[in-house]
Amino acid sequence: MSTTAIETKVALDQALNLDTAPRKQSSVEVTDYNNRQTVGNITVDNPKMVCRGVNVYYGEKHAIKNVGLDIGANEVIAFIGPSGCGKSTFLRCLNRMNDTIPICRVTGQIRLDSDDIYDKSIDVVQLRARVGMVFQKPNPFPKSIYENVAYGPRIHGMVNDKAELDDLVRASLERAGLIKEVDKRMGEPGTSLSGGQQQRLCIARAIAVNPEVILMDEPCSALDPIATAKIEELIDELRENYTIIIVTHSMQQAARVSQRTAYFHLGDLIEVGDTDQIFTNPKHKLTEDYITGRFG
Amino acid sequence: MQSFLLLALILLSIGGYTLGRKRAVAVAGGHIRNLHSLPSFYGSYAALWCGLPALIVFAVWATLQPGIIIDLVVAGLPPELRDLPPDRLNLLVNDLKNLVSGNIVSSTPDPAMLAAADRYRNLQVIGNASLWVVVMTLAIAGVAYAWRAISPTLRARNRVERVVDLFLIASSTVAIFTTVGIVLSVVFESILFFRQVPITEFLFGLQWSPQTALRADQVGSSGAFGSVPLFAGTLLISGIAMVVAVPIGLMSALFLSEYATPKFRAVAKPALEILAGIPTVVYGFFAALTVAPLIREIGAAMGLHVASESALAAGLVMGIMIIPFVSSLSDDVINAVPQSMRDGSYALGATKSETIQRVLLPAALPGIVGSILLAVSRAIGETMIVVMAAGLSANLTANPLEAVTTVTVQIVTLLTGDQEFDSPKTLAAFALGLMLFVVTLILNIIALHVVRKYREQYE
Ligand SMILES: Nc1ncnc2c1ncn2[C@@H]1O[C@H](COP(=O)(O)OP(=O)(O)OP(=O)(O)O)[C@@H](O)[C@H]1O
Ligand SMILES: [Mg+2]
Repeated sequence: MSTTAIETKVALDQALNLDTAPRKQSSVEVTDYNNRQTVGNITVDNPKMVCRGVNVYYGEKHAIKNVGLDIGANEVIAFIGPSGCGKSTFLRCLNRMNDTIPICRVTGQIRLDSDDIYDKSIDVVQLRARVGMVFQKPNPFPKSIYENVAYGPRIHGMVNDKAELDDLVRASLERAGLIKEVDKRMGEPGTSLSGGQQQRLCIARAIAVNPEVILMDEPCSALDPIATAKIEELIDELRENYTIIIVTHSMQQAARVSQRTAYFHLGDLIEVGDTDQIFTNPKHKLTEDYITGRFG
Repeated sequence: MQSFLLLALILLSIGGYTLGRKRAVAVAGGHIRNLHSLPSFYGSYAALWCGLPALIVFAVWATLQPGIIIDLVVAGLPPELRDLPPDRLNLLVNDLKNLVSGNIVSSTPDPAMLAAADRYRNLQVIGNASLWVVVMTLAIAGVAYAWRAISPTLRARNRVERVVDLFLIASSTVAIFTTVGIVLSVVFESILFFRQVPITEFLFGLQWSPQTALRADQVGSSGAFGSVPLFAGTLLISGIAMVVAVPIGLMSALFLSEYATPKFRAVAKPALEILAGIPTVVYGFFAALTVAPLIREIGAAMGLHVASESALAAGLVMGIMIIPFVSSLSDDVINAVPQSMRDGSYALGATKSETIQRVLLPAALPGIVGSILLAVSRAIGETMIVVMAAGLSANLTANPLEAVTTVTVQIVTLLTGDQEFDSPKTLAAFALGLMLFVVTLILNIIALHVVRKYREQYE
């Protein structure tokens, strides 16, 4: 373990001791997660998703520790935190993408509207149609641009005929701000686009199935500033119709696009709050250290 | 004698390597940093100078020496022997060689022969001794040259790598030249065949009975060389085999790569591959003794007439044999499709089978077609199973319940037994081989085009 990591752990420990009843022993290991409280208000007035007591394990490794968090309807919430703190892991719980990892185990409760998404009666396939995802590295299918966007609507039987499908594809590309660039080249492979265009294609692909929530895991980390600006603009527009959760390593990006921000640290959700407040007036020492660039 | 020389040469080269290394370190004044290359490169440089020229001379000498000695000995024979016709002279030389090596000779040796044998032995001793001297001198001279050449600025690394390059080029050309040589020889023999049998008859004739009579007045003296029944038989049997192998192989590949647990896969995959390791003879008697009678009984129960040797039996068993070609390779290529493709599909709410059909299979198509092609070529080239289970009669039929024969089987039967080498019967084998080669080539080209057209290329 590096020195910074140890320092962080100690800092975390002290922080926990402040928040909770005095602990019997002051070991460096933090085990009593149930007593940790997230700083800030985890609830919102009109929640789209509600998570309570979420734990994630990769085999023996405890990657997400008793996290509770509301995600408001039509808000953009940013997850920030140092590398390896579990942002992606938590994000992937929200559309059950963790199911594809055999050693991964999730406990706790996550609700989408009023449905418990880990309930036996829930069909993952439908859940993922409601909660779409955009990945860190653009991953268009090796098919034409048109087929990439048409993929979701086709498998879900969302359209009745070719004309409807055409309209839906064009509308999705339009909303993803890509239509001008690809109007004349719908038949070309999606992989022939530039990185930024590919990422917008992936966003178009995700919104084509008309999801309610869109998860974005560092969607701009492989892109240049101009492409990034386009995507950020897009996120701002998409907010009207969708709830968006974005993982990012860029504080500026989080500050620009999100209304709320959640700070994760070694599997703990340390602090949640309005983005303005988090970046101007963080309440928790760890959050402050992170956003002032003292570690991370 | 000569193998000892080779051994000595290897030892010398090893010595050269050590010397070169030491020398390099010495000229660098003990500081390797001063050298252009690492000391081991200087070692290899010296070893190459020691071994390579000597080896080349050795090889050339060893190939030329026997011929030269024989020429010399023949030249020294008494005139009445020397002027014998070439074939008699050949016999004589053979006798001479036997005499030299101490084998039993056909006739009691006459004094002239004994003298010649003595000369032969002497020349051999002289030749071998001078070979030793020359090769050893060259090797030592090589080391000496390298010793002098080694200096801190000598680019030993680049030179050694240049030699390695040459080795690699030479090795790859061996394969190419062999292929070209085989093809050319087949082509020339086929041309001989087509001089005797018109090419149109061979390509379009519907009769295959290559039994040519020994004398012109016998029945069936002409034989019939229409290859259509053979290719039809090959097509039929390979077709049946592919109908068995492609679906089963592909589905087991999908199961292995997408559904099976890693533990199960680790056991099942090698187990499947064992199928490919079973000798084809074993498959052959399995087909002939188990499958063929079974098919006949089932056919009889259904009121069908089934020949005791049938294309179906051979095709089924062949199909089982080539399953691993399809499954193992396809499994590898499906596995090689990036996880991000699967994730993308699952995240859109696709099920596993939708993901497989719409993303994985198209992306893995080139590899899958490749594996199928490999299986097809195995099926077309397979001989043993067909001989044992499908028979030898060249029937032109599309009925899988009848006996048929294949191109490869006919090639075998044409070339086994006593044959004149220039009879059409023998030459027909080459023509068949050529046709088979062309057909497989065309198949490959078609498949390549299909793949180009439909492949979905991921990064
Ligand atoms: N498939 C997996 N198997 C085992 N451990 C995993 C797996 N994926 C993630 N982890 C572990 O879980 C922890 C959290 O990983 P996660 O990917 O969620 O981090 P992150 O916050 O997204 O980091 P980054 O910012 O670098 O993407 C890490 O310690 C990681 O090693
Ligand atoms: Mg991540």
